[in-house]
Amino acid sequence: MTISVTDKTAIVGVGNTEFSKNSGVSELSLAVEAIRIALDDAGLKPGDVDGLCTFTMDSSDEIEVARALGCNDLTFYSRVPYGGGAATGTLHQAVMAVATGMATTVVCYRALNGRSGHRFSGGVSGDIITADAMHWGWYTPYGLMTPASWVAMFTQRYMHLSGCTRDALFEVAWTTRNHAANNPAAFFHNRTFDRAEYDSQKKICDPLTLYDCCQESDGGSAVVITTAERARDLRQPGVLVKGVAQCAARDMEQMTSFYREEIAAIPEMDIAAGQAYAQCGLTPDDIDAAVIYDAFTPIVLWQLESWGFCKYGEAADFVLDGGLRLDGRLPTNTHGGQLSEAYVHGINGIVEAARLVRGTSVNQPKKSVQHALVTSGVGVPTGGALLGAMT
Amino acid sequence: MTPEAKKDFEDRIQTYVGREISARKRGLDDVNKVMVRQWCEVMGDNNPVYTDEEFAARSSKGGLIAPPTMLQVWGMEGYSMANEPKEDLQRELHKIFDAQGYSGVLGTNCDLEFKRDLRPGDQVYAREVIESISEQKATSRGLGYFIETRTVFTDQSGEEVGNMKFRVLKFVPDQATQDAAAGAGESEKVAAPTRIHSPRGHDNAWWWEAVDQGKVLIQRCKSCQTLRHPPRPMCGECQSMEWDSIESALQGTVFSFTQIHYPKVPGYQYPLVCAVISLNEGTRLVANVVGCDPEDVTIGMPVKGVVEQVDEATMLPQFYPAG
Ligand SMILES: [Zn+2]
Repeated sequence: MTISVTDKTAIVGVGNTEFSKNSGVSELSLAVEAIRIALDDAGLKPGDVDGLCTFTMDSSDEIEVARALGCNDLTFYSRVPYGGGAATGTLHQAVMAVATGMATTVVCYRALNGRSGHRFSGGVSGDIITADAMHWGWYTPYGLMTPASWVAMFTQRYMHLSGCTRDALFEVAWTTRNHAANNPAAFFHNRTFDRAEYDSQKKICDPLTLYDCCQESDGGSAVVITTAERARDLRQPGVLVKGVAQCAARDMEQMTSFYREEIAAIPEMDIAAGQAYAQCGLTPDDIDAAVIYDAFTPIVLWQLESWGFCKYGEAADFVLDGGLRLDGRLPTNTHGGQLSEAYVHGINGIVEAARLVRGTSVNQPKKSVQHALVTSGVGVPTGGALLGAMT
Repeated sequence: MTPEAKKDFEDRIQTYVGREISARKRGLDDVNKVMVRQWCEVMGDNNPVYTDEEFAARSSKGGLIAPPTMLQVWGMEGYSMANEPKEDLQRELHKIFDAQGYSGVLGTNCDLEFKRDLRPGDQVYAREVIESISEQKATSRGLGYFIETRTVFTDQSGEEVGNMKFRVLKFVPDQATQDAAAGAGESEKVAAPTRIHSPRGHDNAWWWEAVDQGKVLIQRCKSCQTLRHPPRPMCGECQSMEWDSIESALQGTVFSFTQIHYPKVPGYQYPLVCAVISLNEGTRLVANVVGCDPEDVTIGMPVKGVVEQVDEATMLPQFYPAG
């Protein structure tokens, strides 16, 4: 199936900032100013924007731009490499996104202090100060500088609100490890643990201890995607992508979204989940198994809530009922997850989700798996996909 | 530097390219089992082909070899170099850079190529030349030039056994680095590590400068009066880029927190509690909670902040239990 983009989109607004040899302002400032001018030109507001596209070389992160500008939830963001070759490349991305319904209004931008930022010696500083570098600067002076520490901050609050205890974190770690123990490819093959061993591990950042954290691994994973039509002619049973979505929700920072009304939540995953379900008409009841990104045990709990397997604050009960186990409601991370198989940034999770639908997981549940969920890491702009068997 | 002065400088440094730093010279020690064993111990390299004659004889190597990555060792000057650096061509070149303010030096990378295994008894000779000097580059350390030297290692019969390309950056250090270096010089001691500071740019330097003066500010939109933190160039409510700020009273409550146990980073004092503080003004601020047992910190706990000097180089807001 191909989709024509011809005549489906139009450029409706344009904007430039002043051009100079020394802007005297940040690159982020230039970016948001140019975008505001273009939106004014179009008669649109920042809240109408749900997509952003720029150059990989650009120093103004999409979500920094979105926060500064006051954009709404973003459902499309991408970058194009190769310097000036990206100019019409950004338009190419935006047109595809709009023509296919991934977003309704995409802004392409690029802003740089190409003269004052990189050429003056001045004898003072050659440092390149980006919005992202300054973002980390709000935390590192205090010692809050590792993924575990950021996740711990959300976890402490989540446990406070939901009543979730370390029993639930243990259940996630323990179930996942049991799956790995049966997976010859997993780092922790044949190595289970009990509650006493879990409790005796080194403290990382309260309330997380060592077995709540994923491994650090060398490894690679890949998946090949083609058309459903062609998939029928290939060797393996095809696994359909039923729905796929991403989201950078309002007012988020990279791993440190501490400024929202409630931080014990991952609204970007709620939105991506809603969009993925809406694309294909599936509901949580249709999902038979899952691979849920598990850099840390608590993030599995939040995602169960985002994807509608239980209500907000009830994930602890869901897992303590054995929900993640092979005979449970939603067999999850059957490969051993990133906690216990390997940390390959979740691509190994897509591999496992496809195997679950094919029926070839090393821990294949007894029940039929018609549909499986696979998700991306959270705390950052995130997303997920719903996979299904071909019929 | 004027463009003319810069051209003179660059012409001058380029005359060093291709010149010999040291002529082919025999290493202080020939390849020997004692140094190999000590090197293997220090590096934690247990490969028996370097130290176990019987094992090595049975292996595909047919006898003991020296670890290939020891190559550079055989040409090294020894400890005397640290106290009395020799006045060679490389130092002469570096002094030309120093005189122009490119006083920083940073080894950036090293590429080694190995031609054959070295065995006990081999003699190793080294010859080093300045291979290239880059154009001026803007790096994260500052403006500078990359200097590449190549050392070719040969054996007793003059055949090449391997070579090494070593790349250093000579750069203009930023002010903070210069200040730190000057301070260390005066006190004749190595400065204690301090906390990692935020980079300061257009959008946040004013905030950190206020902290240096003992104040925590909150950015305020001039158009709609909305407060925002962390600072950003535009108001997300009304898109105004006009802003001023108010000073926070630093009263609030703990919204969430975590005690950091691992890893422990030099320059930070443990136990260490990081918290998201809800300020009474309505914005939030990440900072440390101090002045109580970490176990006593709770969500909702009232706190009062004060900007304190936490180490020799760092002012930060710190929050204490209140009331
Ligand atoms: Zn405003």
